[in-house]
Amino acid sequence: MTETVHNLLLGFSVALSPPVLLYAFVGCVVGTIVGVLPGVGPLAGISLLLPATFGLDATKAIVMLAGIYYGAMYGGSTTSILMRIPGEAASVMTCIDGYAMARKGRAGAALAIAAVGSYVAGTVSVVALMFLAPPLASFALRFGPPEYFALLILGLLVLAYMSSGSMVKALAMATLGLLLGMIGIDQMTGYFRFAYGVVELGDGIGVVPVAVGLFGLSEILATAGQETPPAVIKPTLRELLPSRQEWKDANWPIWRGTVLGFLIGIIPGSAHIISSFVSYAVERRLARRPEEFGQGAVAGVAGPESANNSATSGAFVPMLALVPSGPIPAVMLAAMMVHGVSPGPLLIKQQPELFWGFIASMYVGNVVLLILNLPLVGVFVNLLRVPYPLLYPGILVFCILGVYAVNSSVVDVWIMLVMGLVGYLLRKLEFEPAPIVLGVILAPMIEMALRQSLAMSDGQYAIFLTRPIATTLLAVGVLLVLLSLKSLITHGFDWRERMAMAEKGEEL
Amino acid sequence: MLTTNRAAAVALGVLAVVVLFESRKLPLGSLHNPGPAYMPVLLALALLVFAILVGAYGGASRGLGAVGWSEWRHAAAILGTCAFAAIALERLGYRLTMAIALGFLIGVIERQGVFVTLTLAVALAAGSYLLFDTLLRVPLPRGPFGL
Repeated sequence: MTETVHNLLLGFSVALSPPVLLYAFVGCVVGTIVGVLPGVGPLAGISLLLPATFGLDATKAIVMLAGIYYGAMYGGSTTSILMRIPGEAASVMTCIDGYAMARKGRAGAALAIAAVGSYVAGTVSVVALMFLAPPLASFALRFGPPEYFALLILGLLVLAYMSSGSMVKALAMATLGLLLGMIGIDQMTGYFRFAYGVVELGDGIGVVPVAVGLFGLSEILATAGQETPPAVIKPTLRELLPSRQEWKDANWPIWRGTVLGFLIGIIPGSAHIISSFVSYAVERRLARRPEEFGQGAVAGVAGPESANNSATSGAFVPMLALVPSGPIPAVMLAAMMVHGVSPGPLLIKQQPELFWGFIASMYVGNVVLLILNLPLVGVFVNLLRVPYPLLYPGILVFCILGVYAVNSSVVDVWIMLVMGLVGYLLRKLEFEPAPIVLGVILAPMIEMALRQSLAMSDGQYAIFLTRPIATTLLAVGVLLVLLSLKSLITHGFDWRERMAMAEKGEEL
Repeated sequence: MLTTNRAAAVALGVLAVVVLFESRKLPLGSLHNPGPAYMPVLLALALLVFAILVGAYGGASRGLGAVGWSEWRHAAAILGTCAFAAIALERLGYRLTMAIALGFLIGVIERQGVFVTLTLAVALAAGSYLLFDTLLRVPLPRGPFGL
């Protein structure tokens, strides 16, 4: 405990230094804008702005990128409440009751509750992150290649299981991502695989063009030709204050969303998205008047908004100490590696200033975001007044610029183009693109861990069954596969299928 | 009936077969000592299995004809603009390429007025260059006459 407090003081001395504070602020502002703009989610936002951090030292760069991440979580709620357009996927559930509150003239209250809920969840989950990451890192020191292989496989299975809809479709997407990750030089033998003479592909396909293509460009392709977006409801500062009853209604959902979001955040997968769906379902189940959900229930805004922000911090636990748990932490991991930081169990001991500075900057970031999101909400909403025919060409420029700037390579722009088309088609065919991104990131790690494990065991696959941690992790993976088969036997809908239907608006 | 799932299953299956075919150029190794083709082959086989499962259980999904493609012209124009940017970026330079791309999207595709098109195209191309290249020191390509 004393050591943690001492470390946190060290962190604050880093986070409160003016340059780091400035970059945390810039990250939060940019992240909020990213969250407000439909089509630029946190994943694409972080990917696009990664090159902008190349000139910075590792601490400032990571603090700024983290600011963008949780800023986007905050900003996403604004468009959901005011326009029923989720700025990013995690805000889908906020659309339902947030927009209904706005139509009742309670837009300001909804925005304030979302901001305060996000602040409480963000702050509490950072405290939990502070206490959980070091013990998890110590535990991770017991991991060898077989354990990492089992963990990475489990990560993909959990992501597939937690995706809404079919697990087989999600696994197919993860496999596609893993196959894309095979492109480039084989690390063990030096063979070029599937590069077809393109030298730039030697290092493999970068996660940035894949992520920007699948999420940013595909969103533009799908929405640019559609009708004009609905009118914006712009609240005044005076309307921002919720009533006493609204605060009372929001209290417990905020706390429940915080705990739920953090726990789901630790689990690999698109945690911030899943957590908001789970929180909404929990709140509706616990509500005295569930019929109010969909008609402007305060709990329907407070719970999911708290959960998705809490999950943001939760997702950093495995990322900082173990392996990335989803596509966004995976991009953050790539960003850390670009800056010469090797995440993993030894990060906390070897670079305490960076680790604790990062933790402390999250406290600071939450305060910055609360200040930003309440009075400046009208300013951010003005971004949406720009007609989409003028807005999307600008977003496209930033997509091309961001992708090109990572390696100064036009090959990456071509990869983004292809991935944009793939993402557009996947959207039409109702496939989730998120597992592809995680697959691309994890492919080299999985292959290396498998081959190292086999080298350790003289080619015996039994090594995965003789080491307790690896065996347990693989057993959990098998259990998830069996659980996903349950609905085939019972002929009913399981929670993932119900969630997929809710996303499509078929049933809520 | 050709549903969205079945269409996707066919595409994934074809991709898996292509990967299997292309992997023959690389040493496969053995089960105990995997070579560079081992993982791609394993993954391609897994993809093939998933494609078959998606196809087999995919009858209940939407028919391919029910998918709306109304925005395809816009999508094609945007992809074409990206392709132009990829070809021209290192030949014409960042500012010129982006100004042309923006001019095409705003003026031709979105049919905005000449003044709006020119102002936005030049301002966005020059502004993003100033922000990234000059202020954030991210090197961006220059074209003829240092543009």
